[in-house]
Amino acid sequence: MSQTLEAPAPAPSEPSNRVRMGLAQRLLSRPEIGALVAAVIIFIFFLIAAPSFRSAESFFTVLYQSSVIGIVAVGVGLLMIGGEFDLSAGVIVYTAGLFTSMFCWYYGVNLWLGAALSLVFCLLIGFLNGYLVMRTGIPSFLITLGTFFVLQGANLGVTKLVTETVSTPDISGIDGFDSLGTVFSSSFKIGSVTIWTSVLWWAFFVLLAAWILQRTRIGNWIFAVGGNPDSARAVGVPVVRTKIGLFMAVSFLGWFVGMHQLFRFNTLQAGGGVGNEFLYIIAAVVGGTLLTGGFGNAIGVAIGAFIFGMTSLGIIYAGWDPNWFKAFLGVMLLLAVLVNLYVKRMATARKVG
Amino acid sequence: MTPRTRTFRILAAGAAVMLAAAACSGGGREKTDDTGTSGGGNAAGSSGYTIAFITHETPGDTFWDKVKNGANQAAKDTGVTLKYSSDPEAPKQAVLIQNAVDSKVSGIATTLVTPDALAGAVKAATDAKIPVVGFNSGINEYQKLGALMYFGSDETVAGTEAGKRLASQGVKHPLCVIQQTGSVALEARCAGVKSSVPGTENIQVNGADDAAVTSTLQAKLAQDKSIDAIVTLGAPQALDAIKAKEQSGSQAKLVTFDLNEQAATEIKNGNIVFSIDQQPYVQGYMAVTSLYLNLKNGNDIGGGRAVLTGPSFVDSANIDKIIPFTKNNTR
Repeated sequence: MSQTLEAPAPAPSEPSNRVRMGLAQRLLSRPEIGALVAAVIIFIFFLIAAPSFRSAESFFTVLYQSSVIGIVAVGVGLLMIGGEFDLSAGVIVYTAGLFTSMFCWYYGVNLWLGAALSLVFCLLIGFLNGYLVMRTGIPSFLITLGTFFVLQGANLGVTKLVTETVSTPDISGIDGFDSLGTVFSSSFKIGSVTIWTSVLWWAFFVLLAAWILQRTRIGNWIFAVGGNPDSARAVGVPVVRTKIGLFMAVSFLGWFVGMHQLFRFNTLQAGGGVGNEFLYIIAAVVGGTLLTGGFGNAIGVAIGAFIFGMTSLGIIYAGWDPNWFKAFLGVMLLLAVLVNLYVKRMATARKVG
Repeated sequence: MTPRTRTFRILAAGAAVMLAAAACSGGGREKTDDTGTSGGGNAAGSSGYTIAFITHETPGDTFWDKVKNGANQAAKDTGVTLKYSSDPEAPKQAVLIQNAVDSKVSGIATTLVTPDALAGAVKAATDAKIPVVGFNSGINEYQKLGALMYFGSDETVAGTEAGKRLASQGVKHPLCVIQQTGSVALEARCAGVKSSVPGTENIQVNGADDAAVTSTLQAKLAQDKSIDAIVTLGAPQALDAIKAKEQSGSQAKLVTFDLNEQAATEIKNGNIVFSIDQQPYVQGYMAVTSLYLNLKNGNDIGGGRAVLTGPSFVDSANIDKIIPFTKNNTR
């Protein structure tokens, strides 16, 4: 987390005729700072309230929980910075896993082939989402709501058709299971702490996204298409390609988590994943991404996912009445957003004054 | 345009490599020519009766699949035409019952999960002299609503029996895992367990996400080391609980409600001590068959009392006999 604090100042290529800001102000104007403050407060809160939260094992369980949400949330966050939504992100995780599992089981082929084909399939869905949004001008909320229902229904219908039940067969005996398991869902121990590779992948994707957003031309394009697509188009930003690319990035990350789920649990229920799309959006929003696009960053989204993981498990570590779980979660998330908003206001007020 | 053609070429080359690598691989489905489906019986509809079969199925749940399989087999065996419909929301389920009444079916089999919401529609059926049979849920209300017979498990009895078994094995502090918030049936099971083992504690998990179920249980097991048993209320959650136990190093006994193929295998392997099976296949089968007998022969199965389809315990003693049926998706 110290890394975020030392994050570099705005790109040096910018002209220096702007008002120079002090370190504190520069920090406060960053999208993730509100979420960081909230995360620290919640973290300290659970350290006090929940004795079993205080171990390294617990911390890495929280990181695991956060990573499963956080990996897809990176993509959803980028997409939201680009000014679009994807409601199909929750079910596509299961579509990916179901596709791989049933294809390989039915035809008796190596799982690597199934995983590759399901990647192609997921990228196609992402492409279709983006293409339809750009071609028709219909809000992505509606297009991806359609995709969401189509995928949800197809997940069930196809699974039933192929396996004659609504869960997939156990694929742990099919060739390629062990090697794919190593890539997507293995864990190793350091002392008594179990670290899942999904956590490392999460960190990788977050850093990659942060680098793309801050340091590359594509990053500038993403901010531009989310902030004001018309002027972006006017200055030569490839709006259509950028947005379609963002939808495909979400699908890719959904596929990635789908592979994790499949190779960790061997079987999948066809009805899974519904509702998770909101968790991704929540993570992005709590992490400082603007619902209207054009503002946010990857580190913030990661902190948002971490807040979710911490809160959902912190309640368990504290041993509180589970019936209140959702209510408490809602309060936590509202507080996080409020802190976020407050810090952001403070930052902008100082800039103007 | 060149970059795009290049991308295409790379993709095509990649696909070719993958296809070449797709040599025959073990572990998939058993490739038998299974053109002839199991079960025989009369052709559908040969008895002339049409029965509406209405449930509150949540799409994608293996449990309801078995209920449906039972109903279909019964329809085949008795020559009844079956009209299946379902909706998890009570008002919509009531509309489905009303639809069945309007289309003048011979009989209606329905779950009575929300008796108050369904009472009006069931009354419309009995007013129209259409026999109604309840199954799966509504054991305390079916008579009041005017249903003739009932087939299902008493959730409280099932929970109590499960608790008694746990208590006899020295369990003091079981964790009861509710995968669907606000479900009356699931709460009743946990309450039943608690009535036998006072130290029972409930926990809510998100049943639509296996990773979340696993890490939530793992967190709980780490928080409270005194948990000596886990009671999951569905077979998929039992499999997640096994993962959570491995992760947290917990020695808690694991028992579950309901069955599926993988859970049955874990009972055989000893990772699940027992399963409390309410035999969903029987519920679907009996609901249809009893209506057929009532229409054909005036029978009243159960003689005015509910017929219990569970709790049927599955453990190491009888698992070998049951595993083949879980593969057929009938248990």
